[in-house]
Amino acid sequence: MDGLNQSILTVILLVPLAGAILVALLPDRGKLPNWIALLTSLVTFAFTLHLPARFAAAQPGFQFEVNHKWIADPAIFYHVGVDGLSLWLVVLTGLLAPIGVLASWNAVKERRKVFFSLFLVQQTAMFGVFVALDMMIYYAFWELSLVPMAVLIAMYGRKDGPRAALKFFLFTFIPSAPLLVAILWLYAHTHTFNFVYLQILINQGWVPAADLFWCSLAFLVAFAVKVPVFPIHGWIADTFNEAPVALAMVVAGKLGLYSMLRFHVELFHAQSQAIAPLMIALAVIGILYGACLALAQRDYWRLLAFAAFSEYSMIVLGIYGLTFTGWTGAVYQMLNVGVVEGALFLLLGAIENRYGTSQIQAYGGLAAKAPRLVSFFVIASLAMVGLPLLNGFVGEFLILSSTFTEVSHGWAVAAALGVILGATYMLWLVQRIFYGAESELVHANSPGDLGFRELAGVAPLAVLMLVMGVAPSLWFSSIQTGVHGPLVSQPAQSKSPLKTPASSPNTTPAEAIQ
Amino acid sequence: MNELPSILRILPEVVLTLTGVLIMLVDASLPPAWPRRHLGWVAAAGATCALYASLLQFLMPEGTGFFGTVETSAFTIFFHVLICGLVLVAILISLDTLPDDTHHQGEFYALSVFSAVGMCLLTGAVELLLVFIALEISSIATYILAGFRKTTGRGPEAAIKYFLLGSFATAFLLYGIALIFGATGTTQIYEIAHTAATAPNRLFVDAALAFMLVGILFKVSASPFHIWTPDVYEGAPAPVVALLSTAPKVAAFAFLLRIVYQMFPSLHALWSPLLWVVAVLSMTIGNLAALRQQNIKRMLAYSSIAHAGYLLAAFAGVGSTGIAAAAFYTAAYAAMNIGIFAVVTVVSGYDEKLPMVGDYRGLIYRAPVLGCVLIFFLISLTGIPFTGGFFGKFYAFSAAIGGGAVILALIGLLNSGIAAAYYLRFAFVSAQKPAANHDQPPAPKPQIGAAVAAALGLAVCSTLILGIAPNEVLRVAESAGHTLQAPAPAPGEAPVVAPSARPAISMP
Repeated sequence: MDGLNQSILTVILLVPLAGAILVALLPDRGKLPNWIALLTSLVTFAFTLHLPARFAAAQPGFQFEVNHKWIADPAIFYHVGVDGLSLWLVVLTGLLAPIGVLASWNAVKERRKVFFSLFLVQQTAMFGVFVALDMMIYYAFWELSLVPMAVLIAMYGRKDGPRAALKFFLFTFIPSAPLLVAILWLYAHTHTFNFVYLQILINQGWVPAADLFWCSLAFLVAFAVKVPVFPIHGWIADTFNEAPVALAMVVAGKLGLYSMLRFHVELFHAQSQAIAPLMIALAVIGILYGACLALAQRDYWRLLAFAAFSEYSMIVLGIYGLTFTGWTGAVYQMLNVGVVEGALFLLLGAIENRYGTSQIQAYGGLAAKAPRLVSFFVIASLAMVGLPLLNGFVGEFLILSSTFTEVSHGWAVAAALGVILGATYMLWLVQRIFYGAESELVHANSPGDLGFRELAGVAPLAVLMLVMGVAPSLWFSSIQTGVHGPLVSQPAQSKSPLKTPASSPNTTPAEAIQ
Repeated sequence: MNELPSILRILPEVVLTLTGVLIMLVDASLPPAWPRRHLGWVAAAGATCALYASLLQFLMPEGTGFFGTVETSAFTIFFHVLICGLVLVAILISLDTLPDDTHHQGEFYALSVFSAVGMCLLTGAVELLLVFIALEISSIATYILAGFRKTTGRGPEAAIKYFLLGSFATAFLLYGIALIFGATGTTQIYEIAHTAATAPNRLFVDAALAFMLVGILFKVSASPFHIWTPDVYEGAPAPVVALLSTAPKVAAFAFLLRIVYQMFPSLHALWSPLLWVVAVLSMTIGNLAALRQQNIKRMLAYSSIAHAGYLLAAFAGVGSTGIAAAAFYTAAYAAMNIGIFAVVTVVSGYDEKLPMVGDYRGLIYRAPVLGCVLIFFLISLTGIPFTGGFFGKFYAFSAAIGGGAVILALIGLLNSGIAAAYYLRFAFVSAQKPAANHDQPPAPKPQIGAAVAAALGLAVCSTLILGIAPNEVLRVAESAGHTLQAPAPAPGEAPVVAPSARPAISMP
């Protein structure tokens, strides 16, 4: 099995792609694409489990690293690896994929081939974002992750797919333009795309510090749009509203948040410190604003979109508190939100499949008709709300407590207010859909409770919510090695005067490190 | 200097000329009632042979022939291969889509081949008079091709417009040539490179450069010389536009590279800001105008203007990096653009029953393979990673940033965001469910013949190769850059050292 360590990340990247090609080549007959996609995603998930099994938690830095030359000039390397930060995000992506396939088992009725092959391509792109350590490879996967999502929204959108797809795409594509310029600009100064080298070079002052601010801003804006952070959240409601359930579930949030932590905070220490107060303020506004918007929605997809926006803002708060506890909480909360939102998407998708509408008003008294559905939904809602012993509590607690003790009392109190609002909209949603008098729609139809397939999707997530709530230390040991490294080097960096190595223009900085 | 027979220096051109002449003779001697379609295969075979002949030139030592008028180098071979490939694909597209009852099929193929002769010669010529002749050979053939649909009103209009404005531009080029001859006493490009910097009358040299730039920028349809493009593309038959929008531009860009990097490196301070402005104008005007188009060919015309702008951004790069980036971008642009016109040709047909974006609704349901290929090319044009379009853009803008033009790169990449809007609107419309409209019969399922399938396959493969494994092409593009950077020293003169100091880079 040790031989696998070298190639495991490549395998994880290639298996979904191979599955996608297989789906595309085989005929679109019956449920064949569904089965291949399910099988592929299960195999991929099994491979991702190899990572935590073999991950040396005591060892900081990147593991399972592969570094091959891809293109000679400009020097682009196929450089991938995971550390404590990305490890669990890879596993989460692997876990959500088969569940996403199950969630779209019956929901996708035509053009299954296109759907499932694009779904699998999306998997590859997401894995790529999490494991890439070469800025160009990272950027390539980052951009690639937009395409399947956008095409699928256009094809399967509920009402006006193409418009929502375009909105999603432009919102996220246009900010990547400055990102690419910034990456290329860094390359022009350092002659490397290697993340580890860049981190050292930037913090040792090889890059003109005055311009570095713009550079870091370009990175930040690209990520902030993808998260999204207030006030650039315009795409999220339409996208959640239109996107096929499975995609919204696997894509939501993680990519931008992870990138923010890895490629903004870890890469630009001084600049992220400078901009942190602004980000904290925006995050808190986002938490409250998102929660208020969620309270006002009539459509449960839109409600979920704004709830997610609020949750992501909470994670942003954790990231830009720039504390060790906050980062641990933020990474943990990324996993939590992934699991919880996955379950909510799946359950709400199941309801929409049965009754054909996402208007909250149309429902009422569903609990009596679908007892299994309601119990899972309540578990997921409580996890989202942050009930102790469920996973949401741990992450939120870490973020809020670190904000309170190490950043500012005021912001922490305001953010905690958002948690209360969160409880209000989630529980109110539960009450409106599942309890009260039976609505006409619910009365007239009785399509049955959750089936076996849906249970197979949602039950593991529910178990996970409980385990992650009770025994977070299983995850913390490896997460904390990931967030440990940069924090140690940070104070030293901010004190040391910037050395300007312009005196030796003949050696490129990358060579200097090597 | 070279013992190699001069004829070998123009081997691809010779092959193409023989093919063209053969087609014309056979066409003339066949009875009128006989079908002419097979002549297309002859043309395709000729183009393939020419492609092979260009590759053979790799085995020859670099140098010039015919008394220093044509050159063989990595640079010329790169563009020869590209042009021959493009003409081959264009002929393959035409083979399946020209209606059988079209008269003059033989002439169509002969003209396609002759235009290729001119374009190939244009990239290899190092003598301005030969450049002019080459340009005329290719232009006249394409003027006729543009007007091939004589029965519709737009066909002749397109041809006339193309002809008048094209001749006008050629006249500018000719003025430029005359002026530089007046200033330096020679029309040989290497010699001009040596004498231009020290020419007694600088005004003449500057004016010559400006006139030549106008002429060439017209050919590549860069803004503000782009007005003809949408009308010509709309009026000309789709398979012809597939050729028009790629091969002549490739050749013209090759010559532009030669003008600025080989002939006038000493005037860098003059042409660099000019091209900066033209690049920004082209991208911005092209993309903004394309946003508003509903006709696919007009949209793609404006998109090609925008791409000319991206390509010109590479000219901000220093020395061989800029040349290599521009050369690579022409290849990537040509591959995806000819591909998308191939799809448009198949779907709309020769007589264009479906010219609008809206007509493509549900294409992926009607013809899954074609729909996927269309979306693939649109994604490549947008510049999504792992396609040639991305790498071209990446390489061009990375060269620009390396040359200090950070703002240009920023404008360019923001522009590609605007471009995404119309490319993807098109892609999404074709991915959308077809409208359940029973009043009108559903659009016919497009037929893909063997030749078009081969053409599409070639275009898809090249776009993918340029996006995933570009190393080899990059290597050739780089050696092309080096050959252009180091002009052959004229006898008895010390070589001029091109300014290669790296300018300071600054963020906005």
